[in-house]
Amino acid sequence: MTATPISPASGGRALLRFLASEMKPKAPFLTPFNLISIPVILLGIGVLVRRFIYGLGSITNLSQEHPWGLGIGFDVVTGVALAGGAYVLAFVVYVMRLEKYHPIIRATVLNGLLAYIFYAGALVLDLGRPWNVINPVIGNSFGYNSVLFQVAWSFLLYMLVEMVELSPAFAEWLGWKRARRILASLTLGAVILGVTLSTLHQAGLGALFLMAKPKIHPLWYTEFIPILFFVSSIFAGLSMVILEGTLTHRIFGKQINPKQHGSYDDLLLGLGKGTAITLFVYYFFKVLIFLHERQWDLLATGWGAWYLVEVLGFVLVPCVMFTYAVRNRRPGLLRLAAAGALIGVLLNRLNISVIAFNWQLPVHYFPSWQEFIVTLTVVFTEIWVFRWIVLRLPILREAHELPHPRPADLMTAV
Amino acid sequence: MNRRTFLKLGTAVGSTLVAGSAEAKENGNPEEFVGVLVDTTRCIGCRACERACSEAHDLPVPDIEHDGALAARRPTSETQWTVVNRFATSKGDVFVKQQCMHCWQPACGSACLTNAMYKTRTGPVIWRAGKCMGCRFCLVSCPFDIPKFEYHSWNPKIQKCSMCYERLEQGLGPACVGSCPTDALTFGTKRELMEIARLRIYHHPERYVHRIYGEAEVGGTSWLYLSAVPFEEIGFRTDLGTTPYPEYTRDFLYGVPLVLFGLPALQLGLHLLAEKKDEALEGAGS
Repeated sequence: MTATPISPASGGRALLRFLASEMKPKAPFLTPFNLISIPVILLGIGVLVRRFIYGLGSITNLSQEHPWGLGIGFDVVTGVALAGGAYVLAFVVYVMRLEKYHPIIRATVLNGLLAYIFYAGALVLDLGRPWNVINPVIGNSFGYNSVLFQVAWSFLLYMLVEMVELSPAFAEWLGWKRARRILASLTLGAVILGVTLSTLHQAGLGALFLMAKPKIHPLWYTEFIPILFFVSSIFAGLSMVILEGTLTHRIFGKQINPKQHGSYDDLLLGLGKGTAITLFVYYFFKVLIFLHERQWDLLATGWGAWYLVEVLGFVLVPCVMFTYAVRNRRPGLLRLAAAGALIGVLLNRLNISVIAFNWQLPVHYFPSWQEFIVTLTVVFTEIWVFRWIVLRLPILREAHELPHPRPADLMTAV
Repeated sequence: MNRRTFLKLGTAVGSTLVAGSAEAKENGNPEEFVGVLVDTTRCIGCRACERACSEAHDLPVPDIEHDGALAARRPTSETQWTVVNRFATSKGDVFVKQQCMHCWQPACGSACLTNAMYKTRTGPVIWRAGKCMGCRFCLVSCPFDIPKFEYHSWNPKIQKCSMCYERLEQGLGPACVGSCPTDALTFGTKRELMEIARLRIYHHPERYVHRIYGEAEVGGTSWLYLSAVPFEEIGFRTDLGTTPYPEYTRDFLYGVPLVLFGLPALQLGLHLLAEKKDEALEGAGS
């Protein structure tokens, strides 16, 4: 780039030409996913227009007793746990230097970043007065006493950190070699900060419910919710990486270096080992808290049965499945275990934020169809963006496997 | 967090600080919270307080003579900051006025990330429209389920009793207190109200249960209640404890700076250890 002096104008034109060519679709349009997602997204947009004219009550079943529903309980409180894979894997690869997992780090971080962008987006949709969302950021009203203040800030900073982690891939896409070198040198610092911020907000999401003490069923309320949320974000994130990786591998298999295909199951089994250990730690905490609170009498109720379904069926059973799958090298069982663990996290988060919230009241909350549509819209749009990026950037493939010319090549050619 | 730090943090941003402290200096009574004593043995269920409240705050005024609302138990709502309910008890019908308790350390105020829900220096907990982003964390946190959200508005407000903060600023009392024909409501500082309440129990030990609701509940509230029957019988939760609700998140918030500074150092250490191990392996291999 420095060898041939070029005018910024022609360089800019080349970049624009390149970006224009990248805007063209790179995959067949009439796929089953598109056929399902496009109508849902359009319907979702319609529902949201209604919400911004007539208020949240016009599309949701939220009430004074159940102020947080699917939009918070699933999109944010569960979704952020599922996106935990990005910080766990970044820690493993960059801090602990386990290079074995390097091939999947970019896809995982991209998934994490998009999840945060879209879940934060979903959070804004759920706010009554979203135009004031800027208040705790610009500093005209810092609620230092609020757990949510801390969560909001570490959400925001973590998104920036993930962008830094991912920026080398963008530099490679655009062929900016020097920028890539500089950005890549920031990675370790970004990862360390990212792990710290993730620890804080994963636990912080749990701490949101500490003041709801009289409202959450005693089987789920404990002062240790923040620790449970943090630990469960580790195995939820890893389980998600296992499942997402499997899907990505099937769909974008062409992009992946054939060398990696063989070792891929190896890699997943390695992750499975970590997941099994964290799941066991989580189960151990759950049992300890249960014994400490002496809640044997509560087990005989309907809520007790529901609690056992969660803790035995979707924590202990997946933990045993993971252990068996890793010991006997059974990737299929591993995926099943990952699905089980994910359901366990989903159940736990929904129980605390929605299902066992204000459990004594006669009226219970069930989401409206519009709430499901909005949630699906958020998820589908995220998948669209993910696919757009993976088809263009060196996320799954190496930089030198990208089709040429890159804009930097164009510039030197001018 | 004690009350003093809470106040310091809370008022750091408040524009009301200047006016409030000047007034406090004048009457030589700094930081003494005001409140209301509700004597449920005196309440006749006329609901004049409901009407006065709605009139004072531009809310739909209930037709208290004809709407027959006492037949069912009602919660406060986004159009009614206070309600009177009837309870059939062992000592006959008892009427209980309900509204925001104005906790000394309010859960809603500590939940609010924009300080929209705000404990003023004189005691009332108020909501400030310009700051609120509508996250409804105050609804989740309030142990008394008081803040109400306008679900059917594009520009929703949080509605709850403000103890007539604006009227207090002008030197008036809360609208409901002035409207009460039987003196069931008494306005004053909590210190005075506690004395009055104890005195009533002392002079009429057979008329009251020997407990003042709000004296210590959730760390103490500005509104206090006297009753002839156990408080569970007239719709009060007696399982809320005496811990101020912000205390439940204190340990977590204290942990934040520790994690923020400790965890990066720990990770850097782990990173360096991992590097050394790699080198050792390479050394052994070559």
